[in-house]
Amino acid sequence: MNSRELILGRVRAALRDEPVPAPVPREYRRSFPAADLELLVSRLIDYKAEVHRVGEDAVAATVSGIVGGTVVVPEGLPVSWRPAGALVDEDLAPDRIAAADAVLTAAAVAVAETGTIVLDASPDQGRRIISLLPDTHLIVLRPEQVVASVPEAVARLDPSRPLTWISGPSATSDIELNRVEGVHGPRHLHVLLLDRTAAG
Amino acid sequence: MRIALFATCLADTLFPEAAKATVRLLERLGHEVVFPFEQSCCGQMHVNTGYQRDALPLVKRYVSVFDRYDVIVAPSGSCVGSIRHQHSLVASNCGERGLAARAQDVGSRTYELSELLVDVLGVEDVGARYPHRVTYHPTCHSLRMIRVGDKPLRLLRQVRGLELVELPAAEQCCGFGGTFALKNAETSAAMLADKLTSVVATGAEVCTAGDASCLMHIGGGLRRKETGVRTVHLAEILAST
Amino acid sequence: MSTFLGMPVTAPSGVGNLRGDRTFPEAAHDALADGQLRRNLRHATTTIRGKSGRVIAELPDWQELRTAGSAIKASVLARLPELLEQLEERVVAAGGVVHWAADANEANAIVTDLVRATGSERVIKVKSMATQEIGLNEALEAAGIQPVETDLAELIVQLGEDKPSHILVPAIHRNRSEIREIFLRAMPGVDPGLTDDPPVLAAAARKYLRETFLSTRVAVSGANFAIAETGTLAVVESEGNGRMCLTLPDTLITVMGLEKVVPTWQDLEVFLQLLPRASTGERMNPYTTMWTGVTPGDGPQSFHLVLLDNGRSAVLADRAGRAALHCIRCSACLNVCPVYERTGGHAYGSVYPGPIGAVLSPQLTGVEDNASLPYASSLCGACFDACPVKIDIPSMLVHLRDKAPHSRMERAVMRAAAYTMNHPRLYARAQRAAKLARIAGRRGRGLPPPLSSWTTARDLPEPPEQTFRDWWARR
Repeated sequence: MNSRELILGRVRAALRDEPVPAPVPREYRRSFPAADLELLVSRLIDYKAEVHRVGEDAVAATVSGIVGGTVVVPEGLPVSWRPAGALVDEDLAPDRIAAADAVLTAAAVAVAETGTIVLDASPDQGRRIISLLPDTHLIVLRPEQVVASVPEAVARLDPSRPLTWISGPSATSDIELNRVEGVHGPRHLHVLLLDRTAAG
Repeated sequence: MRIALFATCLADTLFPEAAKATVRLLERLGHEVVFPFEQSCCGQMHVNTGYQRDALPLVKRYVSVFDRYDVIVAPSGSCVGSIRHQHSLVASNCGERGLAARAQDVGSRTYELSELLVDVLGVEDVGARYPHRVTYHPTCHSLRMIRVGDKPLRLLRQVRGLELVELPAAEQCCGFGGTFALKNAETSAAMLADKLTSVVATGAEVCTAGDASCLMHIGGGLRRKETGVRTVHLAEILAST
Repeated sequence: MSTFLGMPVTAPSGVGNLRGDRTFPEAAHDALADGQLRRNLRHATTTIRGKSGRVIAELPDWQELRTAGSAIKASVLARLPELLEQLEERVVAAGGVVHWAADANEANAIVTDLVRATGSERVIKVKSMATQEIGLNEALEAAGIQPVETDLAELIVQLGEDKPSHILVPAIHRNRSEIREIFLRAMPGVDPGLTDDPPVLAAAARKYLRETFLSTRVAVSGANFAIAETGTLAVVESEGNGRMCLTLPDTLITVMGLEKVVPTWQDLEVFLQLLPRASTGERMNPYTTMWTGVTPGDGPQSFHLVLLDNGRSAVLADRAGRAALHCIRCSACLNVCPVYERTGGHAYGSVYPGPIGAVLSPQLTGVEDNASLPYASSLCGACFDACPVKIDIPSMLVHLRDKAPHSRMERAVMRAAAYTMNHPRLYARAQRAAKLARIAGRRGRGLPPPLSSWTTARDLPEPPEQTFRDWWARR
């Protein structure tokens, strides 16, 4: 008997009393009003992200105003968003990404209630490594990508893609259980929230 | 109303004033109190120490003594918690399904004193007078097992002359926990020390609660530290005039 | 004794970190005497209780989420074989490899062999309760492989040659100045001008581990959730060390307790709301990584999932105890526990401390091996109220006390007490005898143990002149 059969046999034996799986009562909130962008902004700021409300045509200039030096961008990022001299990720080596000053990506979904932005590695967000190693991460977020709640975000996402849920910059609660920003992930998180009128 | 009193073994033996006060209070409110003599102990100590089999006869005794009464009162949140939540479980764990059903039923008719007063009898002002500075410790089983909520406080707020002072970190356990106080005596004493600090910080003359057991523990600590603060069961305050 | 194959068995002894070498009261004795430890614990648990309470209060449907979380976990246990098979199938379909480990020894051997096959002599690790439980680091070291803990608190514990004392914050027993001292003493290349400012300490860890992250080809992680329906794994973290481990290496090995599987993708909408608020007291933790098998061109190209039993099937076999497997390792029960707050985690002897540890450890090992743990609680019930998946820990403790071995002396005393209580005449006589306790005085002179432990901190009650029933009989 291999371990697989052994373990499954043990589990079946442990369930000899045949507990019946009851239906899950999903009486928690499942329908939500339209996402409140102001709430998202306040949640992002609360967790030490910086928020910039900009028109789509101002993205590149805003990025250049925030960071000098090398900005890594994924191959699928709209060209008009890229700051001058952007380093496009065409299978860059990890040390080149790590040496960059910042990374600029799009996003898949954001959750207003929790101040969370999710990346799903689409072409405008790129490989997970590029948004991890540089010390500053800039995310361009379209208003229509913002949902009110976690359940809506889960419903919008495709689990077959690699997903990264980001709520503020890297942080830890390991010293006296107080939140301190800035450990291994990017220590600075900038969110460029596009104006609704300018949304494409 | 005819109300059967379950005095609890602890109050019966060591803190009779709590049980006497329960009788006086209910009679003053115009109710008839009966005390079935065959009662003894709810068996909580046995159940919570790991002796459910040994508790079974005590569960049987409780059920057979009190089955015939519509309303039963006990001046202890923790004994009521045990009766309501553990008796039927002990019975079914011991394979006594009939007893389990009866225990469930009797348990549903057994009330802690503040529950009886507020929920069943519908009174908050019991006409008491107690001119002292008092702080209230919400005992864990009253708070989290039978969920009496703010009923004791509502009753205390109506007592003439009573100055109620809030206990800091009130919902923290005092460290009694039945045989926990013996098996983990040092941890229990550390929890007690913090509770005593909170009680003394209120400047109250009296610390009250709905459980004689926790009060025995807190009171024993207060006396040992010679704080001058007394412990008095909630029933005694409500019975005072 | 013979056990035939396929019967649930407890976790083997001699491997892993589920058993302490002292009883809880013995180990608690030292912790209670350590004033610094108690101040650190009180500060940390008070902080987290406040934070968690505030963000939980923001959700109008917290109780409904708890109810759903509890129901999902109950349903997982009821359907466990089928869900595990489904998970395996989906992970394999997505390019992963699934291994089954009956116990700690087998899991350690599987991971060691997988690391050896890569040729790497070092692994980076994301904080994982399962790998601590099985003693993976010790096994890897014995095989000449260096495990590097990358979570800040785990790093503090590893550099301090210490043991973890909390599920979420293993170095909760250390304050900032103690952490500074550990870094100065044990962190290679640390700036000698290091201060105890938490951001400075965090930055020191960042600098120290950066090169290790970039140069290590194998990572070992645990998992918070595994979705049977999709084969997706999720790791919830804060610092980004998890993202590093889950993204940078060529090979990722995830060790996961059987019970971590959840049925559907949608179920995450419940747990991603419950876990961060109950755990770190945040609306959402900084980072959560989810991956399904292998994604070409992105992240580890070799993924192994090790499904661990190590006593879980034995827990599952106990109807009154199996809900301990609902635990999502948030540690809310530790943070509200008045016993944990005073003794800290080391007193529990197992990697699972606090109220959940007091029910889970004895069940994983068999209660005879952790017999003092079910008694390490005043049954105050704060843990049950705090648990985001509604594990009724107090009832489970009572259940385990009933299964725990009892001393012959205690058994005799309890029998006699029950017998007396059940015989009214004996009972009345015993009540009157209580008055004789007066000769012991209020300080209890000459009382035998365990009664003497009462009078070390408390006076005895003054026995009354008359019992209640005597008063009643005479009124």
